[in-house]
Amino acid sequence: MNSESMSPGATGDATGQDGGTALLEFREVNTHYGAVHILKDVNLSIYPGELVCLLGGNASGKTTTLKTLLGMVTPTSGEVVLDGEVVNGQPTSYRVANGVTMVPENRRLFKRLSVKENLLLGAYLRNDKAGIEEDLEYVYGLFPRVRERLAQKSGTLSGGEQQMVAIGRALMSRPKVMLMDEPSMGLAPALVQQNFELIQQINDEGMAIFMVEQNANMALSIADRGWVLQTGRVVLDDTAEALLANPEMRSAYLGES
Amino acid sequence: MTAVTAPRAVTPALLDQDWRSVGKWGGLCGLAIVLVSLIGMPVGLDSRTLVEGRLSLGYLALVWLPVVFGYVVSKRVVLEGVETPDPGLRDVVAGLCCGIVAGLGPALLILGLDNWNLRKPLVNWSPKLLELLTYDRGIGYGVAAWIITCAVLAALGSMLHVVPASVRRFVSYAVMGALLLSVLESAIVDLSEGFGLESLTDAIYAKRGGLTVTSTIILGVVIGGLSLLTKGRVKSATNRYRQMEGAERQRTSIVLFIVVAAVCVVLPMFLGTIMNELLANVGLFLLLALGLNIVVGLAGILDLGYVAFFAVGGYTTAVLTSSQSPWFHPEWHFGIVLLAVVVMAAITGLVIGAPVIRMRGDYLAIVTLGFGEIIRLLFLSDWLKPYFGGAQGITNVPPVDFGFALVKGTDPRSVFYLVLAFCALAIYVSWRLQASRLGRAWMAIREDEQVAEAMGINTVNTKLMAFVVGAILASFSGAILAAKVGSIFPNSFMILVSIIILVVVIVGGMGNIVGVLVGSVVLIGVLGGPRQPGLLQEFQSFKLLIYGALLVFMMLKRPEGLVPSARRSQELHQEEYLQDAWLKGEDHDQEEAEAQAEAVAHAPAGVEGEGDPS
Repeated sequence: MNSESMSPGATGDATGQDGGTALLEFREVNTHYGAVHILKDVNLSIYPGELVCLLGGNASGKTTTLKTLLGMVTPTSGEVVLDGEVVNGQPTSYRVANGVTMVPENRRLFKRLSVKENLLLGAYLRNDKAGIEEDLEYVYGLFPRVRERLAQKSGTLSGGEQQMVAIGRALMSRPKVMLMDEPSMGLAPALVQQNFELIQQINDEGMAIFMVEQNANMALSIADRGWVLQTGRVVLDDTAEALLANPEMRSAYLGES
Repeated sequence: MTAVTAPRAVTPALLDQDWRSVGKWGGLCGLAIVLVSLIGMPVGLDSRTLVEGRLSLGYLALVWLPVVFGYVVSKRVVLEGVETPDPGLRDVVAGLCCGIVAGLGPALLILGLDNWNLRKPLVNWSPKLLELLTYDRGIGYGVAAWIITCAVLAALGSMLHVVPASVRRFVSYAVMGALLLSVLESAIVDLSEGFGLESLTDAIYAKRGGLTVTSTIILGVVIGGLSLLTKGRVKSATNRYRQMEGAERQRTSIVLFIVVAAVCVVLPMFLGTIMNELLANVGLFLLLALGLNIVVGLAGILDLGYVAFFAVGGYTTAVLTSSQSPWFHPEWHFGIVLLAVVVMAAITGLVIGAPVIRMRGDYLAIVTLGFGEIIRLLFLSDWLKPYFGGAQGITNVPPVDFGFALVKGTDPRSVFYLVLAFCALAIYVSWRLQASRLGRAWMAIREDEQVAEAMGINTVNTKLMAFVVGAILASFSGAILAAKVGSIFPNSFMILVSIIILVVVIVGGMGNIVGVLVGSVVLIGVLGGPRQPGLLQEFQSFKLLIYGALLVFMMLKRPEGLVPSARRSQELHQEEYLQDAWLKGEDHDQEEAEAQAEAVAHAPAGVEGEGDPS
């Protein structure tokens, strides 16, 4: 889906696993809510096909990071780069049209709309009927349960099914990178496992995924790389294996003393 | 939950009641009777006979209360898997006791009326009311009569639970049917005159109004009998229609559409002026409600100043067609004016919409409320008097000349046909929009604005679009109003109009075209609009009270409106099915059961097993 953007060289930093151009990048980004300084000189980069996660406690700026990536929050300084292009002033719709998509926290489906309508809303910015039809089939292939529930209102689905629809909706914009906000939030433990398998599966098909999680153990077990955010600053930036082995990390986030 | 297999087993003792609930409902009923008396309904409506020599509308306004409360107090919520006693004599006792408590209300009122004079604060605290409540036979008789009447009526109401379903159906349909026939007497007489059936109505109704006793009984039995014959037929027919697919459904829809269209076109020919006037008013408000339905129902923007666009449409038409327009009077033809109306409405929609559309919920409601009033006050102001005539408004708006037909206020039938055409257009547009990309975007914004934005929807522009489409529909209604009335005044555009349209949309069912249609017919047609009388002209002065009570009732008991969308009821059905399957522990559908178990497991299973730095 995104092989064309894999030209070698360019801006890739040392942590990039394949050395290509970053799909999505933060360069020294600062954001403020009024006088409150949220993100402080944050540098991030996501490469094609990667699964990366952003870890951090409450109020560490995880959600703000996502909102800034999507263009719902404008950075006060620094650059947001999408596929080599600085998109600081561009609205959300521009970024969605150019390959960013989001699975919101708690799924947040349009509850009183049908599953089909939810999926079609994911493709809101697209006009190619044939392509939309194709992608619907792709989503049904990924989640056969979704096809059975097309006419049902999404609010009446079970938690697991809702998660499938939320991911399906995000896929419908034919994205290059998928942002996921707390995918394990509000799911039963058994479903959390299933959910991460799902994320891995989508990643295996070549989708770059940027995931914000509190469940650090679980997230790092499937991720390629991870960052740890603390009060708006990136304090750790390493491969998933290294983070899992990091003693500091283990004491602060992995629940070990 | 363990007793799933053996519910409804216990029959508790006769007097083993939930006395608190009985007392509460009885007290509420008594209060309601006193309230209805004191707002002047019985006295005001006593002259209107329903059943010759037996029942007047004034008494009906009081006596329906104990029946309904008796029914409610003995109603049991049947929960799957929870033991519920079978309905029996015990429930009738509950109803009886509730009625006795309720009867204390009017009884105390009689004593009060007899002993004190509170006429100053309470206008209807009159000897006339006392006379009416005591049946003019002394205080003691009145007190006893009310307690006994309420007790008996409430017991009858509660008995509806005990009798078999077919008897319940027969009785309720017979009573409701007979009452409806007598309450709607004037409309029915008008209708039968149109069809040349005066002899029939002469036979049914007494000379001085109201059904005769014999005809009441006969009609009641006939209607009750018919209700038994048609039992379940309507439901199965609608279900069959819903399950149809593809070409068959399309064919049926077309046939249904032709039938409805034929009725709409043919019926007015047989109706008199008053009924046609009424239909025209229903149409005008339906057009407004359809527009507001797009704004509130689809896009979820609570616009309380919707009347502004109605006014803009009316004034634009008046200025451009009337010879008496004080400033600019090109006297254009209505057809050309409509284009100007669309432009003006769109501009006003953008001007009002642009600043308010970024606000959320309550703030938006308040600000639109303000704008609605501002527009009216501008038209009323001395400042703009040289342009819009101030309080005198603009008169001499000419009738609409289509060449083959003339639409003027004195011929309400022609107005109705014009309105009908516009309503058909509005219904078509709303229907197409609902299934369109734009409609989906509106609904997405209504459901979750932030996520809608994350999907790439430009929420500001999309909401403005809804505002403008709504404004254009409202302005059409205003244009027709101007041509119908022949003049336009600022006080036709009071805030009340906005509120009544909103009530129509809410009561009918938000976001649902059929619901809005039913809402307009029921509210505007039966009760009447802000200034327009409805079928129940007697209730003219109590209209707003009824609107308010209805709104409160709907919000509490049926927030989805009178006509919930087909989809919604289907899903409710599905949910029930799943729940039943799960409760009964049926494992043949493992996945469904799992889904349910999972839904139940949600709450406690929130965040678990990860370290949150603290």
